[in-house]
Amino acid sequence: MTGLPFLSLAIWVPILGGLLVLATGSDRNAPLARFLAMLVAIAGFLVTLPLYSQFDASTSAMQFVEILPWIPRFNINYHLGVDGISVLFILLNAFITIMVVIAGWQVIREKVAQYMAAFLIMSGLMNGIFSALDAVLFYTFFEASLIPLYLVIGIWGGANRVYAAIKFFLYTLLGSLLMLIALLYLFMEAGGSFNILDWHQLPLGMGPQTLIFWAFLIAFAVKVPMWPVHTWLPDAHVEAPTGGSVVLAAIALKLGAYGFLRFSLPIVPDAAQAMAPMMITLSLIAVVYIGFVALVQTDMKKLVAYSSISHMGFVTLGFFMFNTIGLEGALVQMISHGFVSGAMFLCIGVLYDRMHSRNIADYGGVVKVMPKFAAFFMLFAMANAGLPGTSGFVGEFMVVLGAVQFNFWVAFAAAITLILGAAYTLWMYKRVMFGVVGNSHVAQLNDIDGREFAFLGVLALCVLAMGLYPYPFTEVMHASVNELLRHVAVSKL
Amino acid sequence: MNFVIPDFYPAAAEIFVAVMALIIMMATTFARRIARGLAYYLTQTTLVVAALITIGTMDGQVTLTFSNMFISDLMGDFLKVMIYFTVAIALLYGRGYLADRNIDRPEYYLLTLLMTLGMMVMVTSNHMLSLYIGLEMMSLSLYGMVAFDRESARSTEAAMKYFVLGALASGLLLYGMSMVYGATGSLEFSGIAQSIYHQAANKTVLLFGVVFLVAGIAFKLGVVPFHMWVPDVYQGAPTAVTLMISSAPKLAAFAMTMRLLVYGLFELAEQWQSMLMFLAVLSIILGNFAAIAQSSIKRMLAYSGISHMGFVLLGLLSGVVEGDRHFALNAYSSAMFYAVSYVIMSLASFGMVILLSRAGFEAENIDDFKGLNKRSSWFAAMMMIVMFSMAGIPFFIGFFAKLSVLQAVVAAGYVWLAVLAVVMSVIGAYYYLRVVKVMYFDEPTDSAPIRAPAEVRVMLSANGLAIAVLGLLPQGLMSVCAYALLASL
Repeated sequence: MTGLPFLSLAIWVPILGGLLVLATGSDRNAPLARFLAMLVAIAGFLVTLPLYSQFDASTSAMQFVEILPWIPRFNINYHLGVDGISVLFILLNAFITIMVVIAGWQVIREKVAQYMAAFLIMSGLMNGIFSALDAVLFYTFFEASLIPLYLVIGIWGGANRVYAAIKFFLYTLLGSLLMLIALLYLFMEAGGSFNILDWHQLPLGMGPQTLIFWAFLIAFAVKVPMWPVHTWLPDAHVEAPTGGSVVLAAIALKLGAYGFLRFSLPIVPDAAQAMAPMMITLSLIAVVYIGFVALVQTDMKKLVAYSSISHMGFVTLGFFMFNTIGLEGALVQMISHGFVSGAMFLCIGVLYDRMHSRNIADYGGVVKVMPKFAAFFMLFAMANAGLPGTSGFVGEFMVVLGAVQFNFWVAFAAAITLILGAAYTLWMYKRVMFGVVGNSHVAQLNDIDGREFAFLGVLALCVLAMGLYPYPFTEVMHASVNELLRHVAVSKL
Repeated sequence: MNFVIPDFYPAAAEIFVAVMALIIMMATTFARRIARGLAYYLTQTTLVVAALITIGTMDGQVTLTFSNMFISDLMGDFLKVMIYFTVAIALLYGRGYLADRNIDRPEYYLLTLLMTLGMMVMVTSNHMLSLYIGLEMMSLSLYGMVAFDRESARSTEAAMKYFVLGALASGLLLYGMSMVYGATGSLEFSGIAQSIYHQAANKTVLLFGVVFLVAGIAFKLGVVPFHMWVPDVYQGAPTAVTLMISSAPKLAAFAMTMRLLVYGLFELAEQWQSMLMFLAVLSIILGNFAAIAQSSIKRMLAYSGISHMGFVLLGLLSGVVEGDRHFALNAYSSAMFYAVSYVIMSLASFGMVILLSRAGFEAENIDDFKGLNKRSSWFAAMMMIVMFSMAGIPFFIGFFAKLSVLQAVVAAGYVWLAVLAVVMSVIGAYYYLRVVKVMYFDEPTDSAPIRAPAEVRVMLSANGLAIAVLGLLPQGLMSVCAYALLASL
């Protein structure tokens, strides 16, 4: 494909732009930093648009491929490319970055340049993760993206931020370092190649496959996060500033799931098949048990964090049933969850900026003073619960359909979450928004301003559009998903 | 016996440094009033000119001279150039610190040059005796430098400890050398290798000697269980000297290991590899765990240095697998790359400690970095780069150093060792993160502005950025390491 290197632009425009924002320095230049960050975020989004408009949905091959030697000594290449599985995440990521910049516009008053720069750089690094086709390149982006998030949580986070930041960092580092060993092993086995696509064709015995699967599982399960290695997420979410929570939920959680699709399933298909019952069990535990945990939360952010874990359980469930509808449903769920959870955290941010409390008990009757906000929040809460017509429904429905094909009882257990999701989301909504006005602070709340209306409105449009007409999303991924499933079905032994 | 005039040309840099050391000694005796500045600038000039001479005389050939006691090869030349730069940067960082404490006397620079000369002799030795002379020259200068702040009881104690333990280690090394000589009848490395290859050597005596050699090497590298001196000396010595000890001598110790074990005793690789494995595993475990418990930044960096040296050993021990020497070049060049990367990081880390110290105030504790982001976000960013690099997070050079060493370890089939190393790296990440945490998440307790001469600021920034740039583009340094070894082995 000729034309501009859009993937490189998607990675480096935000990173270099972020460094530029950083250069504006102290808080005296805060307006400049904000303005520049907005420009960079929009530019970063614009360069990703051709990835969709010029995308050829009829093929499962990698597109927009760029390949340059990076470290020839170890045959490491700067090798980028996207297929139907990854391309949407790059767009989502660039889009969410704009939301984050707007969300932090007035709220962040200290070290504005560093805040904006951290998010822009993180956005570039995450685009790198989704487009890297060289394992070391993938790994470097994967690890490097920890640094900005660590700083974001630690500097602008809540009271217990230091604990949360360090826990987040070490948890994910342990997982990914074990993956590094697996990558080095595959490098040896493949005769000195770090090309992920070569690895897809690499024959491997069952023993190595199992060990590699476990190494990948630890890395990606922590990122997803799957039960029982999910405990870092509620802490990180609760302590992170709004923007951090949004990126964490909308993009960072997708990295682990994406890793399963790019690494675990195609590289070690036999082990993946053999481990599928375990993975499905873990996913169901996440879906059902974490759903119950979410029900009893008293902190809004924690509640949404647990609901994220539960939704991501749906995603991993969709992956390991190995049928088209389940897998596509899982992908749709990932995109949808990006919008919905991002929007949920932004809504909580709107409340938190005014009240400085995330406690459900501190609220009540907000609808009476913030009617516009209540309408948006309602829509997102419904989407989170999986109401038909919103994007949340499409993915969950497809995964449940896939589960029915696979095994009735799995489908039954998965469907419970539809009830649970509705229960915890709507119950929270009821306690926060309805009832009598809880206290004098609530009575003095102002409704959302134009800035907040803008970002909530755009997200609401996305949620509705995807819920009513998901075809543009599924069309892109169809060829790649089928190819992946065909590939996984062939034994490598 | 005929007296042959040796070929001086390959040793031009060594001769130049030796002569300059004498000139500086004389010049500063007679020009008393300007002695301090003169000594500093002359030393820096010497280092730069020596670098030019080394680069100028570099020819990619292996040349022996001085009755085969001296070897000139690319590995030696490369390491020597690295040593000049490291010493020069360390002097630059340390000058203000020494001046604040009134210990920037000309003798300090003289000792530095003699130490450099000792390291050069170590790096280019092809003979047990020249190696030993170089080693002692380096060590004795360092003992003097550690004790340079005569008023400080702690420095004196550290120097005493360093001296006694160092002398013990030298004794072990000499004992091992005598055993190897007894078994092989040669002190020259190639002669030793020949003798072992032809199975002319008594295996028992030889192995006995190798054990002592490895112990001596382990002491100089500062790996467990011969590490006891490292934290105490790092903490007790003036920070400028700690900076010196933690940087260039590691390269010299690496060269010594290569010369002794690889050039001389390659036939016994599998024997000394298992010894190194023991040392490496202990160093990585103990270094990382002990570093967690430190509140002093100098001690923390000392323990972290121990674990980094363990990683260097991991590279060295992956060369020969069941008689297959296929991986040797890859493994040794990864180890060398790791050592060079570590030195670059170590320079920057102690450079930062010096930057925060000022007259009457020693930046001693991790808490002294509190709120650095508020005091100077630029230097906080530099320190952050160093810390993440040491923790092995990409895109910094420390990650690629770890990657290349781990790749060598996995290639050699020691997957368990690689797993152990990465698990320990996670533990290591904790204490590096803690430094980032105090810099970025805590409020400053010390509001004094950061004062440093412009050249220190520029150099320290360049040093920090080099870690990032070499991390983005590590190929150059990696291939230089590989090429230098390829041409030398």
